[in-house]
Amino acid sequence: MRIVVAVKYVPDIQSERGFADGRVERVPDDGTLNELDENALEAALSLVEALGEEERAASEVVALTVGGPDAAAAVRKAFQLGVDRGVLVSDDAIAGSDYAGTAAVLAAAVRRLEQDGPVDLVLAGMAALDGLGSVVPSFVAAELGRPHLAFADRLEVDAAAGTARATCDVGHVSEELEAPLPAVVSVSDHINQPRFPNFRLIMAARGKPVEQWSLADVGLDPSRVGEAGARTRTVRAEPRPERPEAEVVVDKGDGGTALAEFLIRNELV
Amino acid sequence: MNARTVLVLLDTPATELRSPALEILTLARGLGRVEAVALEAPSLETLAQLGTYGVEHVRQAELALDDPEQRHRPPVVAAALARAVEVAGADVVLLTSSFVTKEVAAHLAHATGAGLVVDAVGVTATDDGHVVGAKTAFAGTWETECEVTTDVAVLTVRANAVVPAPAGTTVETQVAGFPVEPDAAATAVRTRSRAVHPTTGGRPDLAEAATVVAGGRGTDGDFGPVLDLADALGAAVGASRDAVFEGWFDEFVGQTGVSVAPRLYIGAGISGAPHHRGGMQSSQVVVAVNNDPECPLFEISDFAVVGDLADVLPQAAAAIRAHRQDGA
Repeated sequence: MRIVVAVKYVPDIQSERGFADGRVERVPDDGTLNELDENALEAALSLVEALGEEERAASEVVALTVGGPDAAAAVRKAFQLGVDRGVLVSDDAIAGSDYAGTAAVLAAAVRRLEQDGPVDLVLAGMAALDGLGSVVPSFVAAELGRPHLAFADRLEVDAAAGTARATCDVGHVSEELEAPLPAVVSVSDHINQPRFPNFRLIMAARGKPVEQWSLADVGLDPSRVGEAGARTRTVRAEPRPERPEAEVVVDKGDGGTALAEFLIRNELV
Repeated sequence: MNARTVLVLLDTPATELRSPALEILTLARGLGRVEAVALEAPSLETLAQLGTYGVEHVRQAELALDDPEQRHRPPVVAAALARAVEVAGADVVLLTSSFVTKEVAAHLAHATGAGLVVDAVGVTATDDGHVVGAKTAFAGTWETECEVTTDVAVLTVRANAVVPAPAGTTVETQVAGFPVEPDAAATAVRTRSRAVHPTTGGRPDLAEAATVVAGGRGTDGDFGPVLDLADALGAAVGASRDAVFEGWFDEFVGQTGVSVAPRLYIGAGISGAPHHRGGMQSSQVVVAVNNDPECPLFEISDFAVVGDLADVLPQAAAAIRAHRQDGA
């Protein structure tokens, strides 16, 4: 089984996050592997680990990301969790890509990986904690012409039957879905508890190279990506005015009344 | 004036339209001529609502499907909308914003080559005719505007972006069918089972409500005071992720749970971890109740009570009920 996990390098949620020239500001050392991608990596690794020895030896989990040179850090973190291979697609022409452009690069890289053998599954996290769009996996599926199971809480793959089954609980709807392989699956943060890197994996990760590919390497026309290919552009980005300091009441037996009065005074009741 | 045609996808045409759909109908009217798209026959209630919102035409998709359950699959809905864009010559498609509609919007944008903005909190147009979606970013700490540069624009709009407002005059609403044949790729996923769980207790839907009361670890598992205040306010109830993992409540507010942007958010016994703030920081007014004066949620609150929620919430609920009765 070959699984590609799409991962993203994002600003740390605890850092000061912002925009510069209409793009997310990427401050070196304030970036990290998107936490929700760890669920996708865990899902991929546990699927492969559940295989018989022979199949497992023939399997591969590839971490794939798109970004600037700093984004290699996300792939290195994936190595520490145990993936076999890591690819960063990086090219000046990619900067400023929108959802469709980013997905076109990911899909092209999957096709490039397929030159070495078929890819059964493309996995992704449910959202990136910077943009929170949750739409790139759908675009990747559409771009590859493959079925998409979104926000899986449970995932079973039957390689012999060539199917993936997922349980998805979104909004007020629970569904059991089945897709023929190859497929794209995004996983929720309920699907598993991601492992922690151990010493052996951390040491092994140091020896693994992050393969760097350009747009030419994945055979994608630069006009489809970056600012040239983007169908949307950010025309304004400003920090929201800080809220005035809170009115604080210490409860001395009338805190609830004070709360109600605040709501009434502001016509919120 | 512009001759822009705006399509609005109706989430629940078979029953009646809920506030988020009425909100996007209101926004759509500001952009151009509005038509509605439905995947099921609209009910009489829905048609009456559309009439008061000034919508003359509903386009109902007639789907050619082997399994009718597939009408819920996002690529199938997207195929219907893509066809509707062609038939109506539409320039803009507006959808409400949820994980499912965002998936629909992505497939639609891919199929039509449209620019996509998700989770917009406002929609306007530039002088040269481009559609612009307003967004918030980084847990509500930034405001951005995203301009769609393609001829067709697709946007999903968050609940409570505007107050729903009927049109000045009521019109007669006509339904016209249009055939849609989703391709093999759109119907590749098979639905083995599907179950819908309605909101419990007859309370408003958490994702849509104008007022939300949420409880966290500080409740110690007793959501009684949270439910009491919510019911006094007619509010939806949510929880922190911790409280859901403890099994105290079933839906959590947070960036991977339900994102809310209500008029009023009240957090009780919730410390305000980044994960939680990311799902509620766009709320208009934030109130926090916590016995820890250092609670981080206080930093983004308009009003805060340092105290035990088991005392504060019931007292507030009683005062609100008394106020309501006086007013009645």
